[in-house]
Amino acid sequence: MAYKIVSSQCTGCSACEPECPNVAIREKNGTFVIDPAKCTECLGHFDEPQCVAVCPVDDTCVIDKSYPRYQAA
Amino acid sequence: MEPTAYVGVQEIKPLQQLLDKVAEHKGCGTSGGSGKSSCGSSAGPADMSPEVWEKVKNHPCYSEEAHHHYARMHVAVAPACNIQCNYCNRKYDCANESRPGVVSEKLTPEQASKKVLAVASAIPQMTVLGIAGPGDPLANPEKTFKTFELISKTAPDIKLCLSTNGLTLPDHVETIKSFNVDHVTITINMVDPEVGQHIYPWIYYRNKRWKGIDAARILSERQLLGLEMLTEAGILCKVNSVMIPGINDQHLVEVNRAVKSRGAFLHNIMPLISAPEHGTVFGLNGQRGPSAQELKALQDACEGEMNMMRHCRQCRADAVGLLGEDRSAEFTTEKIDAMAVEYDATTRQAYQELVEEQRQAKVAAKQAELAGLAGAESDIKLLIAVATKGEGKVNEHFGHASEFQVYELSTAGAKFVGHRRVDLYCQGGYGEEDTLPTVIRAINDCHAVFVAKIGGCPRDELKAAGIEPVDRYAYEFIEQSAIAYFRDYLAQVASGEIVHQPRGDADIRQGAYIAAA
Repeated sequence: MAYKIVSSQCTGCSACEPECPNVAIREKNGTFVIDPAKCTECLGHFDEPQCVAVCPVDDTCVIDKSYPRYQAA
Repeated sequence: MEPTAYVGVQEIKPLQQLLDKVAEHKGCGTSGGSGKSSCGSSAGPADMSPEVWEKVKNHPCYSEEAHHHYARMHVAVAPACNIQCNYCNRKYDCANESRPGVVSEKLTPEQASKKVLAVASAIPQMTVLGIAGPGDPLANPEKTFKTFELISKTAPDIKLCLSTNGLTLPDHVETIKSFNVDHVTITINMVDPEVGQHIYPWIYYRNKRWKGIDAARILSERQLLGLEMLTEAGILCKVNSVMIPGINDQHLVEVNRAVKSRGAFLHNIMPLISAPEHGTVFGLNGQRGPSAQELKALQDACEGEMNMMRHCRQCRADAVGLLGEDRSAEFTTEKIDAMAVEYDATTRQAYQELVEEQRQAKVAAKQAELAGLAGAESDIKLLIAVATKGEGKVNEHFGHASEFQVYELSTAGAKFVGHRRVDLYCQGGYGEEDTLPTVIRAINDCHAVFVAKIGGCPRDELKAAGIEPVDRYAYEFIEQSAIAYFRDYLAQVASGEIVHQPRGDADIRQGAYIAAA
């Protein structure tokens, strides 16, 4: 699985973009999106997903269940 | 723009002469009252080194006296934040609303730089550029410092300034100094984590979200460390504190002591802005803001060796213009893209020299009037409200005032103690009956209201509420007029013509600010 950003809740504040250790976040039409191919859920980097930790709106960075669980190498 | 805004360079005196005159007049010359506060940082060179005076004399936030004459602008290049405050909600924007954290459009550093040049050309008394959000400038260090870099190249005469929550401040003091940023504001609402846990639900620090008392402890330590480092680096620091009744109102006296001992230059205690429609935690749970009297009592209690700022308008992160006016709607990205911007430093300097002359005339007028009050002895203190649109004069109509400036009069002189925001009473030439009571509530603690002009109906209603409408000082200097009024008042009390009655409390406006259309 990877994380995704609920675009209807994203304020476009950009706080998550520089925090992502995988450079998986970019701006798209005023809000931010996560590239699921790059997202590692911060496993191996940090104790908690950085986008979740920094996002000012609760429940905006959430698990995207349409992707298989990320496996640490 | 008024045609008088432009003067030939040859028509005005060299800058040095004016600066000498400033020194002669002891800066903004607020010897009246406990001068420490009446000018924000009032007394000029008398209690201030010339270097510090040079830094604050045309900064509208750092000098109360300067804020009548000089304008500032904020550019909204910093949308991200690393803490959450219970009084802040950055989710919604409304162009008609004015409070920190709110902004209409985000800018890139390049767009911001162009906007600054456009505004500086249109408003020659714009002397200060601040970055205040809408998030935290130091949570967006690349965008913030890129903006400073661009502006310091194209408009080196503009003072740079930033406002931060302080969490990452210690990491950036060196960079701040390298960009010659003269002024930094830190918002410090507590120095005790027990208090802080009720203000900050969480912070994001060192790749982790901290909550509760741990979050408040880290934040407080970082803020105070940052303040000490700024003082060490010789950067002037203002501390903003939001007064939240029942949470930190008593505690702010302790905060005042803590920041004073660490070298803060100015302390700005602001009322909480809280209404359910803002969607903030405090707004939704019914936390009230302080009344005008509660705010003034706290500011008075903290006044002493420390300069208190009382002229803060709690402006938006994209505000443009004099404090109290907002011209940001004139400078949207779309409009700026269509402007041919040419930065003319000479015109700006010429204009600012003219402003200095006006400013000195005002100080001289006040000193002369104050001499007439010498020897008068009385314990009477009273507040007056003034309708003004700048230049330190009584020059606004009652019905056109979107705010009133409040002065405290005593035998020591006239001291600026705050301002009250109101809805325009007069819209389109007709007085709105519904708004008059709210205007009266906002200045209910004042004995008189000084205006350039006032209609018959509001005049009668003000009188009925016990507030004397005074239009005999129209277009004259505020402080000079106020002292003259006070002298007359004392004479009338002495002759038994009137009996001095204390006034009640007043409201601080909480709702959305509707800009003058």
